[in-house]
Amino acid sequence: MFMKKIALTSGITAAFMMASATAATAFTACQVTDVGGIDDGSFNETAWQGVLDAKAAYGIEGRYLESQSETDYQPNLNSLIENKCDLVISVGFLMGDATKTSAEANPDQKFSIVDFAYNPTIPNVVGQIYATNEAAFLAGYLAAGMSQSGVVGVFGGMNIPPVTAFMDGFYYGVAYHNSQKGTNVQVLGWNAASKEGLFTGNFESLDDGRAFAQNLYDEGADIVMPVAGPVGLGSAALAAELGTDAMKIIGVDGDQRFLDKNNGDVYLTSVLKGMDKTVMQVIKSAMDGKFEGGLLIGNLANGGVDISPYHGFDSAIPAALKAEVEKVRAGLIDGSINVGG
Amino acid sequence: MSQTEHKSDTTRDAVRALMAPPIDRDGAWRELFMVPLAAVMLALLFGALIMMATSVSPATILQSFIAMARGSVGSLHAISETLTATIPLVLAGLGIGLAFRAGLFNIGAEGQMVVGGLAAAVASFSLTGLPSIIHLPLVLMVGLAVGALYAAIAGFLRATTGAHEVISTIMLNLISFRLLDYFLRQPFIQKEGRSDPISKAVLESAELPRLLSFFDGNLRLHAGLFIMLAAVLLVYWLLYRSKLGFAFRISGENPQAARYAGIRSGLTIILAMAIAGALAGLAGATQITGVLGRASPGFSAGIGFDAIAVALLGRSHPVGILLAGLLFGALEAGGRQMQVDAGVSIDLISIIQALIIIFVAAPLLVKRILPPLFRTKSVNEDAS
Repeated sequence: MFMKKIALTSGITAAFMMASATAATAFTACQVTDVGGIDDGSFNETAWQGVLDAKAAYGIEGRYLESQSETDYQPNLNSLIENKCDLVISVGFLMGDATKTSAEANPDQKFSIVDFAYNPTIPNVVGQIYATNEAAFLAGYLAAGMSQSGVVGVFGGMNIPPVTAFMDGFYYGVAYHNSQKGTNVQVLGWNAASKEGLFTGNFESLDDGRAFAQNLYDEGADIVMPVAGPVGLGSAALAAELGTDAMKIIGVDGDQRFLDKNNGDVYLTSVLKGMDKTVMQVIKSAMDGKFEGGLLIGNLANGGVDISPYHGFDSAIPAALKAEVEKVRAGLIDGSINVGG
Repeated sequence: MSQTEHKSDTTRDAVRALMAPPIDRDGAWRELFMVPLAAVMLALLFGALIMMATSVSPATILQSFIAMARGSVGSLHAISETLTATIPLVLAGLGIGLAFRAGLFNIGAEGQMVVGGLAAAVASFSLTGLPSIIHLPLVLMVGLAVGALYAAIAGFLRATTGAHEVISTIMLNLISFRLLDYFLRQPFIQKEGRSDPISKAVLESAELPRLLSFFDGNLRLHAGLFIMLAAVLLVYWLLYRSKLGFAFRISGENPQAARYAGIRSGLTIILAMAIAGALAGLAGATQITGVLGRASPGFSAGIGFDAIAVALLGRSHPVGILLAGLLFGALEAGGRQMQVDAGVSIDLISIIQALIIIFVAAPLLVKRILPPLFRTKSVNEDAS
């Protein structure tokens, strides 16, 4: 019994020494994921990619903690603060309150949060927000141009601003196509005016992703955009079974052509939310001592959001449609096209 | 034969009957502690094997176990986190253990936590202008009462119609989740300016005070600790020193004998379920007022299910449940550190917890795998 105690104590001491050693050598960026998990092929993975990129470029240390439920946010943040992280990054709108609490309790600790804008801003927090509606507008326009059935679908994880921004953009992109080309493509799953639509209520269940896509398919949709992190992987699995002639998927957050290891071929395009870029940017500013609380906004103009290359569908998309998408992009950037419809 | 004499006789017999395997025989105390201890060791060992199977290097495995120790007991912060996680596990576990003793399998602690926590949250922000000394106890009592009522539904169904409480509590769990979703969207509960389901914040007068915040604002340990300890004592007294507890235990041991002894089985079932639900509701209320500060979907976080494991591991004895709760709390806090230090997935902790339960539930298996721990009984006794 005593031996065990001694072994344990010395083990703990060793661990302490190891921890302090790593803290001394390198800048450490730590991330708390939302409940989807670090390998969700979408939201959390894209944000984590920013840390990995910074690791490769600047030789920093990166650590992460996965939240298994909303109750994990606060302890996970605290745990990382305890572990001498130079920068703590929380990923997700739902972590807004927890991050605020931690930031106010630890004014000397640098924080950054993806998808939350504090008003007023907190001096030690950088909020990273994205005009994803601009990029989703392009995707909506493209979808309207590509749909054979004249019906496209969208659904979200929860009715929260970072999710509905995608759905708004998609909706108005389709509407813009209808108004310009005289088409009558319908959007199922979201009404941008009433702010009501289809939501799975979670960011985890692949089964929900499959079921919701199936429902939209049954109602005639041949292109579906799931905005719910890993939930969309279930939709992609359904599209792969049905064949891409029957259903194509529009990915979100990262380029799901590559992030979805199983069904990368079903993505017409992905609405890129450049969390990897902004996360890396915040890390760089913290390393250079230029960290300043406030907002960091990614939009079409600064490349913070975009749509991905068409990959396998490149040849299937008419050249005229591609040119129109580019024109819409230019119009959104210079303000001649209103992203609100 | 006078009535008291008769009762004390029966009490002794009943206690003996209930506790016969673990306490009465030689070395049984050792078994009571050795089986769970061996189960934990075996679970850690199997956990290591699973990590190896998923091609984690031995150095990382060692590092992750060190991290687990460090994250659960290695610092003040770690101890605070361990205890914070322990509080709801023990409270809900006590309820489940008590129901077990009464022969009832209450799988509904999760749902009882949800409704109790939700009710406590509503009481915590809608009753304004009360001093803390009145508001906080009131909020906790609301959580307790609503949890009790919710569990009593299952007890009532069992007592009157014979509907099995396993089925009805599982179904009540599902109903509670949807009730939570529904209520979190109601204007008098939902936080202003939010479209997602989340409640308003708990008023300061209803917050359980943080015990160590003067030391460091990040230490979350709250006064629920004392509520938990009081509950352990209270449940112990209730089960082993009160008339009602006697009725619970005798009903659990032998319902027919209980009936012949004049114990009203229907009432006993309803009361046992209600007390179990009260404890789970209290667990929900302490989570809301001590830790979370608001209700959101899934705020119960599966604690009500983990508490079943805690009750099993603690052999449904209040002190055992306290120890088991501490272990599970330590696993949760340590698991977090494991991921930070070694990058090992926190899911592994769930696997280890499940393995512990399997080994505890199958003492024979443990004895087969680790015979020396149990066989050398007589030698050890001579030595000690």
